[in-house]
Formats: sequence, C-alpha cells, structure tokens
Amino acid sequence: MHSQPDESGKKLGMWLFLYTEIILFGGLFVLYAVYFSTYAHDFKEAGKELNRLLGLLNTVILLFSSFAVAAAVTAIQKKEKKTALAGLAAAILCGLIFLVNKYFEWGHKIEGGIYPNSEKLVSGPHGQNMFFGLYYVITGLHGIHIIIGMTLLIVSLIFVQRGKITFERFALLENSGLYWHLVDLIWIFIFPLFYLII
Amino acid sequence: MKGGSKRPNMEKSHQLHFLEYRTLFFIFLLLLMFTGITVGVSYIDLGRLNVWVSLLIASIKGSLVLLFFMHMKYEGRTLILSFLGTIFFLFIMISFTFWDVSFR
Repeated sequence: MHSQPDESGKKLGMWLFLYTEIILFGGLFVLYAVYFSTYAHDFKEAGKELNRLLGLLNTVILLFSSFAVAAAVTAIQKKEKKTALAGLAAAILCGLIFLVNKYFEWGHKIEGGIYPNSEKLVSGPHGQNMFFGLYYVITGLHGIHIIIGMTLLIVSLIFVQRGKITFERFALLENSGLYWHLVDLIWIFIFPLFYLII
Repeated sequence: MKGGSKRPNMEKSHQLHFLEYRTLFFIFLLLLMFTGITVGVSYIDLGRLNVWVSLLIASIKGSLVLLFFMHMKYEGRTLILSFLGTIFFLFIMISFTFWDVSFR
C-alpha cells in the first residue's frame, strides 16, 4: 500500500524536538542568570577577557548563514535548484568559519591559563571561575550543535544535488533549516550575555 | 478515481508558502542593525539596566529569526500554541528558580 508522506507531521516532529532544545539551553541560561545575580562584579571582570570583535564576527557569520539557509528553502520551492545548492554551500562554509574562529578563541584562552579546573581559575575569584565554567559548557554545547547542524545541511545539499529533495518533498531541507536557525537563535542570546556585559 | 494523485487536503496541510529573497535579505539587514545597536549599547553604562536592554534586543532579534526565517508567522495553530506553551514552561522554570534563590 502506498502512503502519502506526511510533510506537516514531519515538521511538527522537528518542532517538538526543538522545544526540548529550547528547554535544554534555557536551563543553562537560568544557571547563568542565577550566578550573574550573585557574582555580578566577577562576571563583568571575566567578560572583559573575551574577544568582542571575534564574538561580533561570529554573530554576523551565523546571521548570514541563517539567511542563506532560509533562501535555500525559498529556492527549492521556486524550483531554483542552483540557488538552493549555493545557499546551502554558503551556510556550511559559514559554519566552518565559525568553528575555526571558535578554535582560535578557545586556544587563546587555554594558552592564557583559562580553562576548566585551571590553576588560574581555581585560585582566582569564585565568580570568574563560574563564568568561564558556564562559558565553556554553553559555547561548547553550542559548538556541538553547529557540527550537527552542518552535518544535516551537508546531507540536505547532497540530497538536493541528487534530486531526492525536490519542490514537492523538501521536509528534510526544511527541518535541517529549522535546526540551523535554532542554533543561530541560541547564539543571539549567548553573544550579549558573554561578550557584551560591562 | 479514489486515491488519485491530487489530494487537496494534503496540499493544504503542506502549503507551498515561501518568503521572497528580498524579504529574507531585509530581515537579515534588520538583524545586523540590531546587532550593531546591542554592541553600541554595551559601551554605555546603564547599571543593572544593561542586562535588560541586551536581553530585550536579543529577544527582538530572536523573534525576527523565529517569525520569518523559521516561518512561524505563517504556521497553523498547532505549532504556534505549542511554541507558546514551551515559552510558558521556560518562564515557569525561570521564575520559580528566582523565587527560590531570592528567598533563601
């Protein structure tokens, strides 16, 4: 028996998963908020250690990649396969640049003796230790999400190329896009909370 | 002709609705503008207000991504209500945590 694929059901399923992601990161942000209210001064001092320019650059990169993915979803519905492929490729490239930036950022911190359980943090002010602990956990978890998102986008790219994702059936592309936008959405909150506090 | 290829109900459930490139690019520009504003505001010392202002701007940016890039503005009741439900539970989590922490 041939059954029609349930496109809107696939999307609802994706959203249900995204809700759990929202609660996951929401929980971490609550943790941040509680420690921020206790150690406001230490958080502000620690925040100065982070490279604003690099944070800003990564924000712009992610915003652009989100736009590229949204454009790809539009393109597939307009039957413009080449534009869809270009949008996806651009987004994947952006994700890669984001990760390279993150690598240098973390590397620089670790060289400066700022990493979980480091001598400098353990013997320093408690609030700063908390700040960098949260920094590594939240940006690390976000980084893992970038890698998963890129994998989904790469799979979508291949499927569009091979004609398995078409203007009639593009739930996989749409859901990969939703995941990527959520990763962007989370970064929108990470950026001011970690990089811009004064 | 039962079970023919044309199924109006199916078509309706996965409606072909998309935003033009121009609209998407305009949203991208708005997001860049709000990013600029949030960086600018961070250099002005507003005391405790700084956090609230940056959270407000982040929420505006988040809403733009959600409504347009994630297409939520054009979704049906199921998605909109379930999303609001999630935000409601997030709100409960945040407020009960602070309720606990501030009266310890």
